[in-house]
Amino acid sequence: MSGHDHHDPGFIRKYVFSVDHKVIGIQYTVTSLLFLFLGFALMMIMRAQLAYPKADFSFLENIFGEAGFVGGTMLPEFYNQLGAMHGTIMVFLGVVPLAVGGFGNYVMPLQIGAPDMAFPKLNMASYWVYFTGGVVMICSFFVEGGAAQYGWTSYPPLANTQPHLIGQTMWLVGMVFLITSSLLGSVNFIVTIVQLRVKGLTFFRLPFFVWAQFITSFLLLLAFPPLEAAGVLQLMDRVAGTSFFMPDGLIISGSPAVNAGGGNPLLWQHLFWFLAHPEVYVLILPAMGIVGEIVANNTRKPLWGYRSLVYSVIFLGFMSFIVWAHHMFMTGMGQSMSIFFQTTTMIISIPSVIILTALILSLWGGSIRFNTPMLFALSFLPMFAIGGLTGLPLGLAASDIQLHDTYYVIGHFHFVVAPGTLMALFAGVYFWYPKVTGRMMNSALGKLHWIGTLVFLNGVFIPMFVQGMAGVSRRLYDQTHYEHGQAVQEWTIASSWSAWLLGIAQIPFILNFFMSFFAGKKVDQNPWKATTLEWAAPSPPPHGNFATEPEVYRGPYEYSVPGASDDYSPQFVK
Amino acid sequence: MEESIYGWWLPIDISVNGHKVDLLIDMLHWFMVVIFVGWAIFFTYCLVRFRAREGHKASYETIKAKPSKYAEIFVVIFEVVLLFGLSIPTFGASRTDFPAEGDDRVEIHVVAEQFQWNVHYPGADGKFGSTSPKLVDSENLVGLDHSDPAAADDFVTAGIMHIPVDTPVVIRLTSKDVIHSFFIPIMRVKQDAIPGMAIPMQFEATRVGEYSKAIACAQLCGNNHFTMSGDLFVDTQEDYDAWLAEMASGGDEEEEEEEE
Amino acid sequence: MSAPVIRYIDEPHPITGLTNGKLGLWLFLASEVMLFGALFSSYILLRVGADSWPDGWDVLNVPLATLNTVVLISSSVTMVMAWVGCRLNNLGKFRFYMSLTIALSLVFLVIKTIEYKPKFEHYEAFLADGALVKGYEGSESITGHLDENDLDKDYILFSPDAVQHGTSGDDEHSDHEKGGEGHAEQIRINRLDIDRLTNFGPKHSNFYGLYFTMTGLHGLHIVGGIAVNLYFLLFGTGMFRSNPAQFSNRIECAGLYWHFVDLVWIFLFPTIYLL
Repeated sequence: MSGHDHHDPGFIRKYVFSVDHKVIGIQYTVTSLLFLFLGFALMMIMRAQLAYPKADFSFLENIFGEAGFVGGTMLPEFYNQLGAMHGTIMVFLGVVPLAVGGFGNYVMPLQIGAPDMAFPKLNMASYWVYFTGGVVMICSFFVEGGAAQYGWTSYPPLANTQPHLIGQTMWLVGMVFLITSSLLGSVNFIVTIVQLRVKGLTFFRLPFFVWAQFITSFLLLLAFPPLEAAGVLQLMDRVAGTSFFMPDGLIISGSPAVNAGGGNPLLWQHLFWFLAHPEVYVLILPAMGIVGEIVANNTRKPLWGYRSLVYSVIFLGFMSFIVWAHHMFMTGMGQSMSIFFQTTTMIISIPSVIILTALILSLWGGSIRFNTPMLFALSFLPMFAIGGLTGLPLGLAASDIQLHDTYYVIGHFHFVVAPGTLMALFAGVYFWYPKVTGRMMNSALGKLHWIGTLVFLNGVFIPMFVQGMAGVSRRLYDQTHYEHGQAVQEWTIASSWSAWLLGIAQIPFILNFFMSFFAGKKVDQNPWKATTLEWAAPSPPPHGNFATEPEVYRGPYEYSVPGASDDYSPQFVK
Repeated sequence: MEESIYGWWLPIDISVNGHKVDLLIDMLHWFMVVIFVGWAIFFTYCLVRFRAREGHKASYETIKAKPSKYAEIFVVIFEVVLLFGLSIPTFGASRTDFPAEGDDRVEIHVVAEQFQWNVHYPGADGKFGSTSPKLVDSENLVGLDHSDPAAADDFVTAGIMHIPVDTPVVIRLTSKDVIHSFFIPIMRVKQDAIPGMAIPMQFEATRVGEYSKAIACAQLCGNNHFTMSGDLFVDTQEDYDAWLAEMASGGDEEEEEEEE
Repeated sequence: MSAPVIRYIDEPHPITGLTNGKLGLWLFLASEVMLFGALFSSYILLRVGADSWPDGWDVLNVPLATLNTVVLISSSVTMVMAWVGCRLNNLGKFRFYMSLTIALSLVFLVIKTIEYKPKFEHYEAFLADGALVKGYEGSESITGHLDENDLDKDYILFSPDAVQHGTSGDDEHSDHEKGGEGHAEQIRINRLDIDRLTNFGPKHSNFYGLYFTMTGLHGLHIVGGIAVNLYFLLFGTGMFRSNPAQFSNRIECAGLYWHFVDLVWIFLFPTIYLL
């Protein structure tokens, strides 16, 4: 584009194949919000089967056709497809692209005072590769046999047992696209943060959000390739007939498997969890970053222990690479290996405790404004606390014996990513909406959205701890087959109704999101009276972001500085 | 089973070692409650005391929080104690301390398949006949080699497991097709059944009873994963011996399957 | 509307000492290390767990692979020369060495194809228990060639390799040298006597699976490198003239990538062929 000043690039180049990080950020945000709602819709259908097993769902059959239903009853394979794709969509197409691709792309370059990402074209490629991966995933619903149905973890040999169903093959191809997209994105993020910080913005003056994105990018960069390797190996198993994950002597559906054998099913699990545990931190770190920004802004005081927050995040990122086998305690691992992974798991809980404590201590002595983003950000804290604490019995192998692969696990990680991360992401949407559009979101609708979401999210996930405690296995199409399932079936029903009400509770958000775009109150460049650099740019920022290149004079959260005329001293004001 | 063995918390425990698991789970949950309530009280107090209002200003200085340091140290110590005091020994014992051969113990092979638990008993001679995947068919569920003399009195049940009370049971767990997970909630045991691997596990029942569908599958194994249950019968030694004798003579394996 | 000016595209950052492109490339290579690292780890795990594992030098074509190693290392050298041409502002030199690099990489791929092809035409029939195949009583398997039209028939006309009974992983190149003439007489095998019939492609065994997966993925990296180099050769002249500093940076990055691909091969070659 260089050398073509004053040239209007046209609609397509400006809004579709744009290289502007802000447009790409918006593309990511809108696409991933759509995927989040799709993943949520799949879950609401699953909840129908769970609450009322094998009931007559003719109205669903009318929508989804006869492939997944017989006489109105949902088929187990359809349920399994919903389950596998709910997980995949939420993690790889919803939360990560929103937290990293959306917020990271839009906010991070602004916060470091850069005019754009270091590699704008790569950034565009990253989005379109992600988009393609998403399209492949969606298309897999419409092929013969439907989408992938072996859980989002796709454990072989199960995932290899039906090579004629191409849903799983498409899942693998889609994953390769999504991984490639993440790699392109993470290289871009790291280079941008290292090279393009504006004058005066040292590493320890970076907003916490940028730190979170920085570490997240390293996790994406280094943890995803092993999954790509695993995906290639599984693809070979399915397409080329190899048996990397297929041991000798398999009898599948009564007939001997015709393959070389000699493979190892646990190899997949090691490669998968080597990614998927850091992936958990990919989900949670940007959320912590968002919460840090909003808490500092709305308590009107500096974050407590900024440096210890940063060190904790770095330590979390490092440790997340050596805890993966705590997902595999029940695979017959030996005592020494289980001791190692239990110990690292307990160690990794410490920085999480420090981060949470620091954020709560930041409230002390503040002057807390309860606006919509702050309400969401504050709810993140207890929700993430529940998610983190319930991880302890799963990280200790002895209690994991009872709780592994039960609903307790589902409750635990959903508390981290749904009431946890999602609350933070909503907070981010409300917080940066005025920057992106130049208009405020409606506060009353926002608060309605907040209370409904908070109540019903808890309604969905708290029953899962009870189910798990009772011993109900996860991924059951009909838990009432078991007596222990019947004993807690009323909790399942409560959870399902909460889920549907949670869906209704999102209506104010959707209305607010679109209506505010036209009718929201117009704002100036710094409506929250915040200190970080993105508020130095106009709302919305033009191409190139800043009218004049800003310079940074102080740390990121200089609120209520004694002697200052205002209660905030922005980084960019001398 | 009139008596309710399943409820809203952990189900009853009918095993010798289950109480250690329960103790750990209970302690962890008390710990969670203490920590969470502590946090929540502080959190709520802050929200009320430091709410924005007329005449209230935020202070630039952050608090020097000694109590939070103590709280963090408490968390660390508690985790270390549970880790080394309870979790590692309990998990280790369940995976390594097997009753020695020759002791009074019952050995069973469990072969998982989509979607049932096949239980292979050695019969009166106490020796398992050799098996081979090549011999598996709809009649010969575990691929027993009938030319092996040790296999003569072996029998296999599908989805039914009888064990004697107060006797250690050692199970050799494997799978014919995909990964399953052998889970008896009331016994506090769980172990993945992985094809290509034979993994030992153990438990000892303390209470006689018929526990229908007490054996569950905890790992997604296909469309009918949800029906992959097994009935557990904890017999007195006499009943168990009688059942073994019946199975060895008249009670043919096929008959047993048809019952299912 | 003015395009934003992004810094450190052609001059290095004062603190890191790197241009954006070079830092990005190093990060990309770090992730590539993780990718191939995962594959090498898988190789180790599968090999350690395997009942039997053929010796690479026995079943693979080591002379061809050695030749390929030489070709690839030479291409790394010519890549450096192309970059030197850039730095010296010598377009002719750049073009010459870049073309040479691309030619050498194509030679690598051709040799790879020559190495791959016979494996797909060479078959192994694993016999069922008690199979009666004249001359092969008690053998586990027979290796040889067959007419691929026979694959779905009830019986197969099989031309076994030289009369060595049974062991899988026969000497591949002895087979080439004889050009098929050394085959014993065709035998007729009933399909029911065969448990599994496979060529020496990826599905033959985990050894061949890993061999094809790892060298194939490496080959894809070569193809990617060729595409990039070809782009610079064909469309780089404009930038070479307008912004030589940035252009030589780009060539340097392409070179780093190319050396990395070379390095992967230097690990692959001994791992698969010699260990």
